[in-house]
Amino acid sequence: MTRLNDITRVIRSKNSGPFLLTFDVIFNDAESYQKAKASGVLTPEKFANLFRISKDKIVTFVWFEVANAFKATIIRPRDSGSYGERDTYGAQQAAPLINLEFPF
Amino acid sequence: MKEIRILAPAGMLGYGIPEKSFNAGMAMKPHAIVIDAGSTDAGPHKLGAGVGIVSKIAAKKDFDMMLTAGLENHIPVIVGSAGGSGGQPHIKWTMDVVRELAAERGWKLRVAVINGTADKEWLKDRLRKGLVTPMTGVPELTIEDIDQATEIVAQMGHEPYLEALEKGVDLIIAGRSYDPAMTVAACVHNGNTDLGLAYHMGKIIECGCLCTIPGGPDAIMGILREDSFIIQSLNPERRCTPLSVAAHTLYEKEHPYHLAGPGGVLDLEKCTFEQLENNAVCVRGSKFVPDKVYRVKLEGAKLVGYRSIFIGALRDPLAVAAVDEIIGAGKYMAHNIMKQLGLTDNQVFMDFKVYGRNGVMGDREPIREVKSHELCIVSEFVAPTQEEAAAICAKARAGMMHYHYNGRKATAGNLALPFAPSDFSVGPTYQFNVYHLVAVDDPIAFFTTTYQTIGEEK
Repeated sequence: MTRLNDITRVIRSKNSGPFLLTFDVIFNDAESYQKAKASGVLTPEKFANLFRISKDKIVTFVWFEVANAFKATIIRPRDSGSYGERDTYGAQQAAPLINLEFPF
Repeated sequence: MKEIRILAPAGMLGYGIPEKSFNAGMAMKPHAIVIDAGSTDAGPHKLGAGVGIVSKIAAKKDFDMMLTAGLENHIPVIVGSAGGSGGQPHIKWTMDVVRELAAERGWKLRVAVINGTADKEWLKDRLRKGLVTPMTGVPELTIEDIDQATEIVAQMGHEPYLEALEKGVDLIIAGRSYDPAMTVAACVHNGNTDLGLAYHMGKIIECGCLCTIPGGPDAIMGILREDSFIIQSLNPERRCTPLSVAAHTLYEKEHPYHLAGPGGVLDLEKCTFEQLENNAVCVRGSKFVPDKVYRVKLEGAKLVGYRSIFIGALRDPLAVAAVDEIIGAGKYMAHNIMKQLGLTDNQVFMDFKVYGRNGVMGDREPIREVKSHELCIVSEFVAPTQEEAAAICAKARAGMMHYHYNGRKATAGNLALPFAPSDFSVGPTYQFNVYHLVAVDDPIAFFTTTYQTIGEEK
């Protein structure tokens, strides 16, 4: 078993404007990227489950080969920086991805 | 075709310009110095309240460095999204800093000020004509939203900048701008009209050295050629690699290779990245696909009330176990005083963020079991007036402090309060309520530019 943390150099979240939250994963190298992609572990369903959101909140779910990267963008649970905010910049929301397990 | 060199001295005006990298960049004889001063990252308060992100001292120091070099080399300094949000108070604040500096230095500056505030009546008319569309995840715009927003700014493209550059100015101070607009205008002004390459180059350099390893706030050079552009690190400790540059387009964007902006979409799907010597990367294949209708993005924020908060922590294991009961007591007391004040649930917002449990992620926290031996509760109250928010906050705090939960042994109080006073009135609270696209007839005419000469040469 390999964890996402073992095969990546970036796992991050950040606002993409005040109404979206985007997640970037940059793999260590092309091999890790290809293996992770081919494993089929990271799907919109899995992502939605991991973050306790419904699948229709995911607006982008893309593998980006030239940067050995994966990107998902979701509709922010609430617009940034208003009442009830917990993470104005959205910079600490990627934690559930760290321990995602791959069967290789 | 000649190459066009654009120096981006930092990712943000006021974050500090590293002298060594900046000087290395100036030694390459750039055609313009561009810097972004804006962001919506810090939330709606900056735009709503008309305040900046960085201090005056910090902004002035960066201006001093850029304008000294710009004047000496006869190249323009171009500042986008002045003062953070690019609204009227932000432009005024920025101009005050420049005026003060010009007077101290004995500079005579030709300045173009580009204003991008949308007229509310004009916008209502556009809305009625069906020319306004929401951004992803945003509700439809209403007349009420327009009225409630303190100021509505429109994100300009490169066109208004280009017009100002063609008039011959030392400095451009502009309202809210698409981040690469300054770079694109400088490229077009110098004779290269490949918008795909210029917008992509601008997108990368406007963040300073975010596209290097390690990334950080530092100066960077963009060099536009006929069929490609080059990103060159000016700091030998920051490596510029094909991967680091390719990965940059992910940052803060909704999509990795389709980037929508004023007037069109940047398509980076077919881009190639090649390592060059001198810590540089060559990029090819960036395409700009113009939209049929030219649209700009609007941003606006409205006042939603006034906020008071207090911070209290739990260490007693019995209190930790009873955290929800303790919060319940706070809510109960808050509702009591609300009733006395004649306030309803629709007028007051309260939130109890329990750090050590799910403070950061709230309902989306996948770990449900609490393992921490202590918890911190940040309690937030937003009400129509500051006085009301403070009163509700105080009542809720007292309720949580003294609530007698079942089995309680620490009968002196439930909360460890780290500060005296314990409650903080933190002022007006805003909310983004305009984040929409509007069709404009003319990408230049919408924005108004004024030209002025500042200071007298000593």
